[in-house]
Amino acid sequence: MTREIVNEIPNLAESMLTALVVDDDFVNQSIHHKILDRLGIKNDVVSNGKEAVDVHCSGRNYDLILMDMDMPVVNGIQATKKLREMGIESKIAGVTTRANEVEKKEFMEAGLNEFQEKPLTISKLLSILHKLDFYAKTSAGLFNQRWDKANCPKVRVDPDNLIH
Amino acid sequence: MQRQVALIKQSLFDQGYLDEQFMELEELQDDANPNFVEEVAALYFKDSARLINNIDQALERGSFDFNRLDSYMHQFKGSSTSIGASKVKTECTMFREYCRAGNAEGCLRTFQQLKKEHATLRKKLEHYFQAS
Repeated sequence: MTREIVNEIPNLAESMLTALVVDDDFVNQSIHHKILDRLGIKNDVVSNGKEAVDVHCSGRNYDLILMDMDMPVVNGIQATKKLREMGIESKIAGVTTRANEVEKKEFMEAGLNEFQEKPLTISKLLSILHKLDFYAKTSAGLFNQRWDKANCPKVRVDPDNLIH
Repeated sequence: MQRQVALIKQSLFDQGYLDEQFMELEELQDDANPNFVEEVAALYFKDSARLINNIDQALERGSFDFNRLDSYMHQFKGSSTSIGASKVKTECTMFREYCRAGNAEGCLRTFQQLKKEHATLRKKLEHYFQAS
């Protein structure tokens, strides 16, 4: 598989996007937090589905939630269902190592907007942001400048993670 | 010195200890967090030591709760994948297959190999980070 080399990581701070990382694994928490940080997206981190629900009950809201599936206390499927029942309309992207079609379907049907296989990378997250239409929230000029191929001669495109 | 570091890193990839996910982590490193990869590696080894201990205890008890073992190994495989620990990840996959087959001997054998690969990777990465 061709690995995408991002010549310049786009800075989306101007978009004021916010995100919540929901994952029980400390390594993944650290990586996902860092990826969002590098993209200029302010983010919080919680360790399971119950904490994800609790943080919303406390009044916080996020544009994007990166939801792991397998977590103790309350798992990703249960948490996604609960958040949707609460009327939370944030975009929720399921991020998991489980890739079989049955499990993926069950997770999607819980209320996900998007699904991505772990491990997350910058290009996978950008793919999520693109598919969830977050690019519309930024000025067109920012993206034309950042993603003009003339400025990114070293980009090799991975067909599974296209960035437009 | 930089050439030596590059050679150490290249050999980690050539010998299959690390895969491209490790390179993704290096791309996340910046001036604000110049030791990001080393910090994530430290987190990984701390967490995986705990999992190894849990699995060791479960195996020593003699009762093979394959579901519980598989659950521990799912976690282990997950974080190994996230850091690019290729050989460790392979052993995790094999262990899980033995769990699903209810093969206790296979589990024990694979777990010994997994611990070896894990310890080797730890030593090699310590050497790499010291040299960087």
